[in-house]
Amino acid sequence: MSRKLNTDLLIILIAVPILWFAPSGLKSYGLYVVSLWLVMSIAAMGLNLTLGYAGLTSLAQGAFLGIGAYATAILTAKAGWPLPAAFLVSTGLSFLVGVVLGFPALRVKHHYLAFVTLAFSVVVFLVARNEQWLTGGVYGLANIPRPVLFGTDLGGGLAFYRTVLVVTLALTLVMWWLLHSPWGRAFQALRENPLRAASLGVDIRAYTLLAFAIGSAFGGAAGSLYAPLVEFIDPAPFALSASFVLLLTVVAGGAGSFFGPFVGAFFSYMLPELLRATGGWYLIIYAAVVLVLVMVSPTGLLGLIDRWRDHQSQRRAAAIRAAARPTLASADKPTLENQGAAP
Amino acid sequence: MDQFLQLIVAGLATGAIYALAAIGFTLVWQTSQTINFAQGEFVMLPAILVLTAAHLGLPMGLAFIVGSAAFVLLFGFGFKRFLVEPMQRHGVLPLAIATMALSVLIKEAAKNGFSAEAQPFPSLVPEGSVSVLGAAVSVRDIAIFVVAIAAILGLQAFITHTRTGRTMQATAQNPTVARILGVPVERMILLTFLINAALALIASYLISPVYLAKFSNGETIGLAAFIAAIVGGFNQIRGALAGGFLIGLIDNLAAAYVSSAYRTAVPLVVLVVVILVKPEGLLGRKEERTV
Repeated sequence: MSRKLNTDLLIILIAVPILWFAPSGLKSYGLYVVSLWLVMSIAAMGLNLTLGYAGLTSLAQGAFLGIGAYATAILTAKAGWPLPAAFLVSTGLSFLVGVVLGFPALRVKHHYLAFVTLAFSVVVFLVARNEQWLTGGVYGLANIPRPVLFGTDLGGGLAFYRTVLVVTLALTLVMWWLLHSPWGRAFQALRENPLRAASLGVDIRAYTLLAFAIGSAFGGAAGSLYAPLVEFIDPAPFALSASFVLLLTVVAGGAGSFFGPFVGAFFSYMLPELLRATGGWYLIIYAAVVLVLVMVSPTGLLGLIDRWRDHQSQRRAAAIRAAARPTLASADKPTLENQGAAP
Repeated sequence: MDQFLQLIVAGLATGAIYALAAIGFTLVWQTSQTINFAQGEFVMLPAILVLTAAHLGLPMGLAFIVGSAAFVLLFGFGFKRFLVEPMQRHGVLPLAIATMALSVLIKEAAKNGFSAEAQPFPSLVPEGSVSVLGAAVSVRDIAIFVVAIAAILGLQAFITHTRTGRTMQATAQNPTVARILGVPVERMILLTFLINAALALIASYLISPVYLAKFSNGETIGLAAFIAAIVGGFNQIRGALAGGFLIGLIDNLAAAYVSSAYRTAVPLVVLVVVILVKPEGLLGRKEERTV
């Protein structure tokens, strides 16, 4: 276990400097795409906690992304708040809404939770579309400012990307800490066997609610970065299909694996931009690939790698065993042959 | 009062469509624990296939036959054989996620392969209205209601009065015992998938003349079918039937008397209330849990 912890941290340690410097040559569009990848990774990371570690199927992550984005847009563009304050409020708001929505999670399990969250997603979308006085309706909210921190303008493509990177790093570390705290282990116990967890004294209700609310808060945090990234939001990106795609993202990356969300988000949000040339066909290719992936490996892309690694180590072990057997035989055989030859 | 009566008839017609989709949904759930998130797309697609066949130069009658056959083959047999069967051993969730991917796939394929615009679909029933108790009621609504009810009654009769139908029920209730008693379980499961495809087909041909054939139609219908199935009772055909009508009526009445902007939200509120108060659905049986 402890070696696994170190690998995760090591990967973060290596990845951050690369991600900090590598995109510096990119044009503004490229920077936008990389930033989008990080932002969606945060949302997927939250859903990974809910789904992959706590085992709760939520179809509301797209809605939480929307709640965070709208809260931030309204607070910064309309009320003139600075982004960090809006970020904290948006994240906190998503957490609270997660707690309120999470109460059904205490009563119903399995697929019913998926349906409750599905209903919630649709309602959030309807509110965003219909309450024009607050959300701008279908016309959306424009001119969402990018942040200025301590007099430094972080609005440029690269500067904003690095801001997003720092926030992503911070949230990744929070998630890492969370998963390795007793809480994280309780979440996993919840997923594996809720009854046993309960009999071992884990308060199922409290932990279910907590996992769901924290996952939602990550969704809100992602939305809060999404709004200034795109600078204009309307209800469309937060419709039910957004929640579907986020769920597919987590599953494609590997539900319950730490870096799965990053791999999945690369797959779901960055590749489409790279494959724009295929036009509308991309989503078809994407859906088909996910379908095949889920069928071949329900544990996602990282699961595929794990399986390959298991397979390799099994083969290596088999090779060692195979190599060991002749030595025993060759030690024995001559004696047998000698015995046979002697008489 | 006139308006109210019109709304009731329209609600029953919409409800009948929802009931068709919801019944297929529960059948497939009962026999193979498949939550089909692509159910709405299943209702959207047959009309598109027929129009595609017609665009390729087939006469309309033949286009109907070709489209229907292609749909049942692909999404009755093919869906069961190539998606559900290999996925089943992984459990309910991965299978549900696979159907989500399938729903995106069908929708995008219809959008790119056929048309992003709504296309007119030939109606089998003339337009117009008749006067019932002083209210003008659309002939089409009545026809939709009658055809859907006939299909559902036919299905009900098949399930309760034929040997195959009862065998199917046995499969749904207890596959292990059914297998021991010599029921060809796999064939029965396949049969429910074919019935599901047939019900989707009927729903598609009934609804498309009204809503036009469009790739995004499945979203509304699929959502309504889920809600109907859960509200009525996930494990009962009559539950899905009642749920379908209930949601159809609520949908139409909410649009008129609550708010047209939030008409979708009202059935959702009903859904959440039902899940919280009676998770097994209004007519459903409680599923026992063993440790």
